[in-house]
Amino acid sequence: MLAMTLKEFRQVVRDHRTLAMLIVMPVVLLLVFGYAASFDVDVIPTAVVGPGATNVPEQLPELFDVETADADATRANAEEMLRAGEVNLAVVTGDGPPVVLLDGSELFMARAAVQILAAAPIPGLDYVVLFNPELDTSAVLVPGLAGLIIVFVGTLVTSMSVVRERETGTLEQLAVMPFRPRDVFMGKIAPYFLIASIDIVIVLTIGTLLFDVPLNGSVLPLIVGALAFLFVALGVGVLISSVSENQAQAIQLALMTALPQIMLSGIIFPLSSMAPAVRWIGYLLPLTYFNQVAKGVMLRGAGLGDLLMPLALLVALGAVIFTLAVTRFRSQLRPARVRAAT
Amino acid sequence: MSWGLSRVTVRFGDATALAGVSIDVEPGEVAIVVGADGAGKTTLCRTLVGLEGIDGGEIRRPDRTGFQPETSGVWNDLTVMENLEFVAGAYGLATDPARRRIETLLEVTGLGGARDRLGRQLSGGMRQKLGVAMAVLSDPELLVLDEPTTGLDPVSRLELWSFISLTAGEGKAILVTTTYTDEARRGNSVLALDGGRSLASGSVAEVIDAMPGALFESARSHGPSSWRRGRTWRIWSPEAEPVPGATEVSPDLADVVTVAALAAEARR
Repeated sequence: MLAMTLKEFRQVVRDHRTLAMLIVMPVVLLLVFGYAASFDVDVIPTAVVGPGATNVPEQLPELFDVETADADATRANAEEMLRAGEVNLAVVTGDGPPVVLLDGSELFMARAAVQILAAAPIPGLDYVVLFNPELDTSAVLVPGLAGLIIVFVGTLVTSMSVVRERETGTLEQLAVMPFRPRDVFMGKIAPYFLIASIDIVIVLTIGTLLFDVPLNGSVLPLIVGALAFLFVALGVGVLISSVSENQAQAIQLALMTALPQIMLSGIIFPLSSMAPAVRWIGYLLPLTYFNQVAKGVMLRGAGLGDLLMPLALLVALGAVIFTLAVTRFRSQLRPARVRAAT
Repeated sequence: MSWGLSRVTVRFGDATALAGVSIDVEPGEVAIVVGADGAGKTTLCRTLVGLEGIDGGEIRRPDRTGFQPETSGVWNDLTVMENLEFVAGAYGLATDPARRRIETLLEVTGLGGARDRLGRQLSGGMRQKLGVAMAVLSDPELLVLDEPTTGLDPVSRLELWSFISLTAGEGKAILVTTTYTDEARRGNSVLALDGGRSLASGSVAEVIDAMPGALFESARSHGPSSWRRGRTWRIWSPEAEPVPGATEVSPDLADVVTVAALAAEARR
């Protein structure tokens, strides 16, 4: 047994990258996740509309951060702002008592607002929860979970695609063939793209049928978002594969990119509750934007115009991943061009 | 026009993998690179096909070069037919000519009966033959085969060499590396490598004739200039002086490569 243990120790120590991951990553993950793990809502972006827009803000609880106060805007305008995700709470003033409109797709903010309104009622103030009136947890989680499943399945599977070629010696064959690096990248993700597209349709359909998650909006932005998100998720896997020395390293790296997406993409913990540095990590994750698109379309009925920002960011992330992977492939497939003869 | 390397040097960090190595591969001929493990054969192949950058010298390579890596380069989870079809597609070969060429290659290599078998289900010899067929399929001007016969049984080696000779007969320039010195006789020229340096080069006859000193055979060892060959010992005398109790013998290529390595060691 001693010989076996010694052999294993030697192998583990020799794989520097895995060793570094084993030692450094737990600390990093604990710190990042520790600062992310909070259900506390510190601020709720708020809009106040209607004739009393200038007077009402002073009466609102401190948690309600009034970003917009527009005396000329109507309830319809307020609902539009909520649908577009510009604010999460709107106070509509008018002839009668003010009405608070809450975005039910932002579960923790909506619940926090309801609690505050119930604990310290403002006389005559009523509230309405839009998009998810029952404040149903599964309705909020399922759209993001669909993306999370794709991250795990897609990124993990594609993370082995290139490293497997290297281990079996076929990468050299690809290198001497007249392929451009982008041909290899696109060829690698194409079959997984098709399968993952079917996966996402199945997951969202089951979510809709089994968990009663509504589909209130047009499917077009959802399709655009899903396709861009799949491209990024699968591209990350291929990129991981191209920098990994073996399949074990590839899987570890893929898991290391998937885990933060669970905690930092806003699916479980609200982004606004996270420490600023950790929140910015969340802003770099594709699932953050797919979650915004999926929730926006399915719960709030948001349209293409409302979701331009997350869609554009998904496309931008796709472009970055594509560029990095192609650059990496270029150095792997055509090393002779990189290292100049003297 | 001949393809090959001229005074090529390849370094990996502080280690020199190839030190000023030259080799010419003529169309219609087979050039053999022979050497022990670590001699630099694979680096030479990878350099010739453009997978390694060079630190000096010149590479002469045609636009279309076929390459079979040491691992055979066969995709394990594709069938024989799918492997060949993939290569045809990669090189943009037209469907009908490609299909005809694939059928010819399947017939010549004897893989026709295994066309639906997965790469991982092939024997070592079949894998190597498929690897060579894949390298040949695009009709390259230069074919580089890295140890295609290593680990094969004698029958498979013969079949593979027959296929290589047939391919050379089509006018292709072929470079083959091997650890077996007896295979060097199958080539038109030979380059012996050791530690990334060229020990000897030319036709087999030229290389043998160029051996310095004389070779003797004895029943016992005679120090550092002797080595076991079968049941007897070979003794190299650099100055061709007779060795007491030993008989002078004619060297073969294996002897000459060993002598060249000893001479190089002595110079170092």
